[in-house]
Amino acid sequence: MERAQCLELLYPELQDKLVVTIMGACAQELYDLGHRENFFYLQHAMGLASSIGLGLALHLPEERVVVLDGDGSVLMNLGTLTTLARYRPRNLLHIIFDNESLLSTGGFDSQTTSGITNLAAIARGAGIQHVATAGTLMEFGEAALEALERDDLSVIVAKVDAVGPDLYGMDLQLPENAFRFRRHILDRKRA
Amino acid sequence: MTVSYENSKIIFDGIKAAGIRTVSALPETWLGLLLQRAEDDPELELIQVAKEEEAIGVAAGAYFAGEPHLLLMQNHGFLAAINGIVSLAQLYSIPLCMLIALRGHWGEPYAWHTRGGIVTEGVLRALAIPFEYARDPDKVATQIRDAYTFSESSLSPVALLLTRDLMED
Ligand SMILES: Cc1ncc(C[n+]2csc(CCOP(=O)(O)OP(=O)(O)O)c2C)c(N)n1
Ligand SMILES: [Mg+2]
Repeated sequence: MERAQCLELLYPELQDKLVVTIMGACAQELYDLGHRENFFYLQHAMGLASSIGLGLALHLPEERVVVLDGDGSVLMNLGTLTTLARYRPRNLLHIIFDNESLLSTGGFDSQTTSGITNLAAIARGAGIQHVATAGTLMEFGEAALEALERDDLSVIVAKVDAVGPDLYGMDLQLPENAFRFRRHILDRKRA
Repeated sequence: MTVSYENSKIIFDGIKAAGIRTVSALPETWLGLLLQRAEDDPELELIQVAKEEEAIGVAAGAYFAGEPHLLLMQNHGFLAAINGIVSLAQLYSIPLCMLIALRGHWGEPYAWHTRGGIVTEGVLRALAIPFEYARDPDKVATQIRDAYTFSESSLSPVALLLTRDLMED
């Protein structure tokens, strides 16, 4: 299964959610499906996508937040899983695309390569109650739908191929993305 | 040497008076009484992270949500959070109002705090993070409000350094 396929499947569901994605390939694949004002692309600070998601979810209980993370990124901030478990925001879905690779920086192996480290087990051990693993598009779709319907913190570890887009580039400056994302949220709060 | 009960209360009241509603923090001795108050006060929500860099992400989320937020950490936590500060807050023009306990400075008896204390100001300067020292209990509430105001107007991280004069009796 490819992450781009997962994102394509998920895309219609993301219309009314606040979405935070990690850098590089994942950001580009989401952008290529069509940028929306409710998407925030974290283009560099590894590990913090889920922390931003936590901040959003705790401060915006009326919104639903989806974080698109990666194995390398989440490995840089494993403590985040324990903080998510502790505060358990019911409106947060944390999807970790585990391609067993640091794909966006040249495709080096990560600690999850060959199944050495099991991120779903780490998430469960951190105390997250709803953790699913998906190896096929069908499993991913089911897990995502279930999680989005569930009124509780959920983590999905999606095992995907280590492939990304051929071309990179966005017509969006980084602060511009932040300004517009915030404005979108404040407009929704006022409405 | 004990942590100042009086001044911890003054700082806590100053945070609330600045309109702050949520605080992300990682505990440390000088911040203990302050964080205890935050835990007990229903008007201020405390989000305790496992490492200070997480709080940079949480603060960004709070900012996107339009909710007034403040970070509490010791200077070694600030040092541990630098990539988040640079590659999230500064890169995207996201304000951060940081109250940082300045351990390892004038009068510090504990060796383990000293290197962090010695380099903190230089690192803040290198990162172009505006900072002030909080020493006087009569001024600290105003300093907190001003730090918050400036972080929001400059879309930048701002640091208020909580000194030994203020934090210990
Ligand atoms: C602190 C830091 N170290 C290293 C890098 C270089 N880097 C950029 S992308 C990346 C890998 C990201 O891996 P993952 O989260 O698994 O996403 P993938 O690219 O595999 O989709 C790395 C290590 C970085 N951006 N920041
Ligand atoms: Mg990866």
